Amino acid sequence: MNTKQTAQLLKKQKKTILESWMKHQLADEALRDDLISNDDLRRQSEELLNGIITATEKGNFDNVYSSEYDLVNDVLNDISITRARQGFSPREVTMYVLSLKQAIIEVMIKEHKDQPELLFTEIQMTNKLLDNLSILTFETYLKGREEVILRQTDEINEISTPVIRVWDGILALPIIGTLDSQRTQIVMENLLQEIVNTGSNIAILDISGVPAVDSLVAQHLIKTVSATRLMGAECIISGIRAEIAQTIVHLGIDLSSIKTKASLASALQLAFTMLSLEVKKKNTGNIQNSRLIR
Amino acid sequence: MTKDTMQIVREQDVVPFRNRVRELATKIGMSLVNQTKLITAASELVRNMLKYASGGKITLEVISKTGQSGIRLTFADNGPGIENIPQAMQDGFSTGRSLGLGLPGAKRLVNEFDIKSVVGQGTTVTVTHWKNGR
Repeated sequence: MNTKQTAQLLKKQKKTILESWMKHQLADEALRDDLISNDDLRRQSEELLNGIITATEKGNFDNVYSSEYDLVNDVLNDISITRARQGFSPREVTMYVLSLKQAIIEVMIKEHKDQPELLFTEIQMTNKLLDNLSILTFETYLKGREEVILRQTDEINEISTPVIRVWDGILALPIIGTLDSQRTQIVMENLLQEIVNTGSNIAILDISGVPAVDSLVAQHLIKTVSATRLMGAECIISGIRAEIAQTIVHLGIDLSSIKTKASLASALQLAFTMLSLEVKKKNTGNIQNSRLIR
Repeated sequence: MTKDTMQIVREQDVVPFRNRVRELATKIGMSLVNQTKLITAASELVRNMLKYASGGKITLEVISKTGQSGIRLTFADNGPGIENIPQAMQDGFSTGRSLGLGLPGAKRLVNEFDIKSVVGQGTTVTVTHWKNGR
């Protein structure tokens, strides 16, 4: 049988296929008309259909990875990546391609209903082609979603390790979340760099936001403290909650060589003492105001 | 009796596992200190499993004895096994350049601790912690 004939049929019936495809899409209850306008949908669909017609022109219905399908792949890539970002569900994205299958098969049935053998081969061919295309769509859709996740991971890593200059010569570093090797690396780099930049003498590592301190986390903390000391700065660990203190003792971790405090406030107090600074209440009446005297 | 299993294959599985333990502990009304002890012990053991056996399977169970409920966690892996268990249970002994507190520390943190290991076949660690920590 001649696959080129089928290709010509697609070309000839393009308008009918597009109309019926649009009808299927619009009839689907899951259509997200809040995310995409009808005009955009029609434009996208026409572009994709045109691509498929050009690709199949020479009778290639099998190999969607050949160069003839480059344009189709591009259009599909574009559609699924934008849809992934817009928040379409996987079902909606796959249904978009699969509803084209229905439209094409309908046209074929109408044209070749008195040639069942030809019709059967054609339907099989269409099935295979559109299945391949929908797999392709799904792959790119997932890639689009993964990009979103990767970007968010980067963002989280970036925002979760801020170094704050709380006073002249005192840095504070609130750690939120689990401290793994990778995070420790980022924390250490940021902290050491900031010690150089600001010429600070004291760094406060606040672990109030660390959900569990096990021996690995403790080891990472000890390493960070040692590195800070090598730079000539002193390190205070604050935010050790009561339950964490008990757990550390039972685990047998020795933090006695490190200055530790229960709260960031008391760590700051200690830092002031170490720098010979004093916080005093202003003695002008009863205005609650404190001033720092060097 | 609720029973649940979790497969651990990557470092990213540690946090969801810990959250699952916390969820169970909160459900049976375990106090914050005991919760933290159990979670820390679980965290040590799951890290050991990842480091030495590149993952394994954990069974989480809510169990009860006379008027008291608790949580039992079973860590089973198919790793290289531990040759000398008494040595591995010593403070400060490590074959992997860590603090060497994981196994002995975990034992101190929970009420019941059991370790079985066959060289070349794998290790199974079972820990139980009761609601009131006794």
